Amino acid sequence: MPAPEQRRLIFKHIDEPGYTNDLACYVRNGGYEVLKKSVARKPEEIVNDVKKSGLRGRGGAGFPCGVKWSLLDRKSGKPIYLVVNADESEPGTFKDRYIIHQDPHQLIEGIMITCFANNVKQAYIYIRGEFPEGARILEKAIAEARTANFVGPNILGTGYGCEIYVHRGAGAYICGEETGLIESIEGKRPYPRIKPPYFPAVLGLYQCPTIVNNVETLCHVKHISEMGGEAYSKIGTPNNTGTRILCVSGHVQRPGYYEYEVGKITMGQLLNDVCGGPLPGRTFKGVIPGGSSAKVLRFGETFTLKNKDGSTRTLTVEDIPMDFDTLAACGTMGGSGGVIVMDDSVNMVDALANLNAFYAHESCGQCTPCREGSLWMKKITARMVHGDARAEDGALLNSVANQIAGRTICAMGEACSWPTMSFVAKFGDEFKAYPETNNAPKSPDALELV
Amino acid sequence: MSLSLKPQTLEEIERAITHYPVKRSATLPLLHLIQEDVGHISDESIEWVAQKLELQPINVYEVVTFYPMFRRKPIGRRHVKVCRTLSCALMGGYKVCDEFKKEFGVELNEVSADGEVTIEFVECLASCGTAPVVMIDEQLHEKVDTAKVRALVAKIRSEAKTKGASSV
Ligand SMILES: Cc1cc2nc3c(=O)[nH]c(=O)nc-3n(C[C@H](O)[C@H](O)[C@H](O)COP(=O)(O)O)c2cc1C
Ligand code: SF4
Ligand code: FES
Repeated sequence: MPAPEQRRLIFKHIDEPGYTNDLACYVRNGGYEVLKKSVARKPEEIVNDVKKSGLRGRGGAGFPCGVKWSLLDRKSGKPIYLVVNADESEPGTFKDRYIIHQDPHQLIEGIMITCFANNVKQAYIYIRGEFPEGARILEKAIAEARTANFVGPNILGTGYGCEIYVHRGAGAYICGEETGLIESIEGKRPYPRIKPPYFPAVLGLYQCPTIVNNVETLCHVKHISEMGGEAYSKIGTPNNTGTRILCVSGHVQRPGYYEYEVGKITMGQLLNDVCGGPLPGRTFKGVIPGGSSAKVLRFGETFTLKNKDGSTRTLTVEDIPMDFDTLAACGTMGGSGGVIVMDDSVNMVDALANLNAFYAHESCGQCTPCREGSLWMKKITARMVHGDARAEDGALLNSVANQIAGRTICAMGEACSWPTMSFVAKFGDEFKAYPETNNAPKSPDALELV
Repeated sequence: MSLSLKPQTLEEIERAITHYPVKRSATLPLLHLIQEDVGHISDESIEWVAQKLELQPINVYEVVTFYPMFRRKPIGRRHVKVCRTLSCALMGGYKVCDEFKKEFGVELNEVSADGEVTIEFVECLASCGTAPVVMIDEQLHEKVDTAKVRALVAKIRSEAKTKGASSV
């Protein structure tokens, strides 16, 4: 079956000729009309729409957005904050970048609707330090929106006021983790907080109730308010509603960003039809489906899943629909939508060594299992690459990885160990053979990965 | 303590502080502003920020030492940041990095003899679909291959010359 058409809700105007990131262009294209309608409604109605929509967070965990909002402590008497996660730090993910640079007002409209719905008076956009231009674009867009009374002390004459400020990170991956991010806004090292008790919805920024949502998630809120929760929930597939942006990188003919209804396109359609298949003369070997922390899939493996009626179905990697639930059932995750493709030119030990260097660099160091484990996984794979691989290294790596997940303050424990666990489990043959393959002469066009 | 910051930086610093209910929150914005103005974060800057935000210097120091983008020493006039992470590596990021090192005759994180460049290997720049990518100062360059490296190097060299000539 050929791939379905893209459904561009969030990326409607991305790369559109003549579309600019200023207010005038946004308004010309119907911008801020949804905000105008939203502030005339009851806030609870908007929250209900988001609940009905089934929207799941696009930042990584896929947590239902409406449920997150309903966990907010609204009775504490403290201010409620919205923190926009624009850290986009999960390797393989590159979607928020385009929203911020090319369509910042869509994000601002989503933010203001979210703030109105949740009685938020102050929002912060936490943008990664590596987006200096993005930060300037957002600041300019917010200033424009302020002049037009879409942001500020008296929004559209309703008496409701809300401010947005941009807060720049400074190159640390762990700032993407929501409680690390909150610490970072507080001016500290981004050490993630322990949950409980520090659930942002109750004890977040400045110990006040706080919503943390990803950039793409908040853009969806705008479209949900526009069409209603019911109508939005019909897009995509049950429990995996709406559209999502899939970011494809690595070894395909046409890497890039593609927006599809969730679950309506399979991995095979995405990589073969949409991205043009493998590079000339190559074949696909492995794919990481949801950002570098997601467990790798090996082409050729199959998954036997239970159907609702008790029967089973067997899927190949190519058959997997790109939704949260099926990817989870196949032992990995939809995560942040970053799809990293590796072909047969890649030695999986080298690829893992590359990722392990990332995680060892990015562990914040609070928890011993993550700090030491990520470092040892890096050291072992680096030693292998540098000519001292041993037959038992796969088992050694696995034993280190298995002592991290579930024993740490934040989900980085899982994020740093899942690559090692899955690479060793699925490509154990390459780890065993590595002492020989690594010593064999390399083809002149072979690329170093570490 | 005197830190000679541009009037515009001082203005932006005052504005940044008003964005938060708690002064300490302005630590990162202030460090960014100071680094953009004077190039790096000295001991003096740390003390200045601490005083400004009514903190202890250690509170600022621990932030500076954690975040990779803050640097304690000056770097070259141009900052070349090559992405190291998987998607870029799969498309030749390491080769691109080597190429830059060779062209400028400089090791990673050092300043070239003429003071012109510092090359750094950084983690994912969130542009993996156009890998390999390189950021030079604040500008992103996509799908960088050997030919593109040479062109970028030539551009940096020519800009250094014109700058040098005009400042004489
Ligand atoms: C190590 C780590 C890194 C993360 N990085 C990001 C990130 O860069 N961007 C993001 O939106 N969420 C990131 N998250 C997820 C956030 O903690 C949080 O779940 C998310 O921002 C919630 O927004 P959502 O519900 O709209 O997805 C990260 C989580 C972990 C554990
Ligand atoms: S799991 Fe890792 S990153 Fe998360 S708090 Fe612990 S040491 Fe820090
Ligand atoms: S891996 Fe280089 S930009 Fe993401």
